[in-house]
Amino acid sequence: MSTATVKTPRPAGSPGPDAGTPPVKPGVDEGRIGLRANLRHIGALVRRNALQIKQDPESMMDALLMPIVFTLLFVYVFGGAIGGGKGGSRDDYVQYLVPGMMGMMSMSIAMAVGTGINEDFRKGVMDRFRSMPIARSSVLIAKSLVEVGRMLVAIIVLLTVGILVGFDVNGHWLGMLGAIGLTALFGSALLWVFIIVGLTMRTAQAVQGISFLVLMPLQFGSSVFVPTGTMPGWLKAFTDVNPLTHVADSARGLMLGQGEVGSPVMWTVIWSVGLTLATAPFAIAMFRKKT
Amino acid sequence: MTREKTTNAVEVRGLVKHFGTTKAVDGIDLDVREGTVMGVLGPNGAGKTTLVRMLSTLLQPDAGTAHVAGYDVVRQPRQLRRTIGLTGQYASVDEKLSGWENLYMIGRLLDLSRSEARRRADEMLERFSLTEAAKRPASKYSGGMRRRLDLAASMIGRPRVLYLDEPTTGLDPRTRNEVWDEVQNIVADGNTVLLTTQYMEEAEQLANELTVVDRGKVIAEGRVQELKAKVGGRTLEIRPADQGELHRMVGALAQAGLDGVGGATASEDAGVVSVPIVSDEQLTAVVGLLSERGFALADISTHLPSLDEVFLALTGQTATHEDDRDAIEEVAA
Repeated sequence: MSTATVKTPRPAGSPGPDAGTPPVKPGVDEGRIGLRANLRHIGALVRRNALQIKQDPESMMDALLMPIVFTLLFVYVFGGAIGGGKGGSRDDYVQYLVPGMMGMMSMSIAMAVGTGINEDFRKGVMDRFRSMPIARSSVLIAKSLVEVGRMLVAIIVLLTVGILVGFDVNGHWLGMLGAIGLTALFGSALLWVFIIVGLTMRTAQAVQGISFLVLMPLQFGSSVFVPTGTMPGWLKAFTDVNPLTHVADSARGLMLGQGEVGSPVMWTVIWSVGLTLATAPFAIAMFRKKT
Repeated sequence: MTREKTTNAVEVRGLVKHFGTTKAVDGIDLDVREGTVMGVLGPNGAGKTTLVRMLSTLLQPDAGTAHVAGYDVVRQPRQLRRTIGLTGQYASVDEKLSGWENLYMIGRLLDLSRSEARRRADEMLERFSLTEAAKRPASKYSGGMRRRLDLAASMIGRPRVLYLDEPTTGLDPRTRNEVWDEVQNIVADGNTVLLTTQYMEEAEQLANELTVVDRGKVIAEGRVQELKAKVGGRTLEIRPADQGELHRMVGALAQAGLDGVGGATASEDAGVVSVPIVSDEQLTAVVGLLSERGFALADISTHLPSLDEVFLALTGQTATHEDDRDAIEEVAA
């Protein structure tokens, strides 16, 4: 927004002690939106997003097809070579790959929220929401909840395909639930980042372009597809801090019962909480101010 | 909440909004009395949409004050949002949702209970003749149906003030009449409406009072009749029996130079000669002169100047001028 800023800072909704305006009777309407009302609004907006998917089933394609395509591609194209190179087989690679891709799936799904928000803004319906007596954040929260739902769908499809091509949880069902939860937590943190991208870029295509530029190095510069042991030092330094590495390692630790668990899980939680704290307030403020 | 009858539903004082160096709204004053329809009339880029967006808390003013139902647009946006309904230039419904789902969602967002929201959605669909299309996605609606759904959505919360921002822009004449009918029903129920439009006819049809804006400023205001009177007089239209005599009639009138009668003009399309007059005596004088000179007259009528003519008289230019602000306002919107 390049416009001149408004002269006086004002807390939204607080009446403020000014002369010249007809005083509002206290207790009549403070404009506050209670928690129950807020939940009801979020519920109504979640329903809206869910109905949109029902009306436009193609919008679920990414969540349904991406895990299938990626699993088959990596298992059958690279699996033999990579597994063989490690002195194992394709089946060993399946064990390595499937947990690793969970975080990557949630990242790819999270990306879609940016284009969605961007498109919403160019339609009149956003004006209606923003001129209604609801917390503006509830629009974003509802969107995020639906996106987390889409992530869970993608992860379940991934695990199903994985099991079909030979993935074996070895009875670590609780670990699997933990891994799913952790992945969704990480994905929900990423949503805020992509919401900011969606609110900043002018067109949905630009959002997609930028998001891909961010996504590719993060996904491949991690332990998602291959162990990082053979990578050069500078790249290893990057993959070691890459949150996707932590998410992938956590999922492996939890679902395979081997390798370190504590440290990657801790780092995943730190990344998720940190990202949310750093970006969610900013995203909501941007959304409020956007005209 | 107690309503004070003396208070204006909308009070705007010195409202300003600049986009960069462009003064989209440049010090507008406006009062809309409770239960009336105020038409804000102006060409593209006059600042109408920017004004409505400020009054619906979608844009922050740079200076000035505005109150709606007594609430300040800047300091009490949340209270204010409870009192307004907005129908924008672009249909503001979710196109992927059905008409019913749109209305139900809005009812829920306005804190109606589930059963109440359901009832109200049915009621509004019925009222705006959309019951048959209730289950179809809004994207499949015709332009007129979409505007009606938009109106229904704005009326769900029984707003104290309804904003209609160019409600019929882009609609064909038949659909426009359809939307006008609905707006007239809304008005008949005693709602306060702020209507922006670039159509003179629309303002004349729907509004009690008019504010004419151009380049972000108010250039005239008053009741429709008052505004017309301000521009002065009536127009006398004379249709000669022989269309070939149009120009000879104009010549005869110019030559006679009747006292106080303005310059006559011939319109070949309409087949009439138009003469601005201010009194009945002048009407008699003009007609007398023409029959004296032996012209055969087929029809004589007088009418008040159209709002187009009012606009022309007030701004010195036609209402359809385009300027660079259009683009900026579009982007800002």
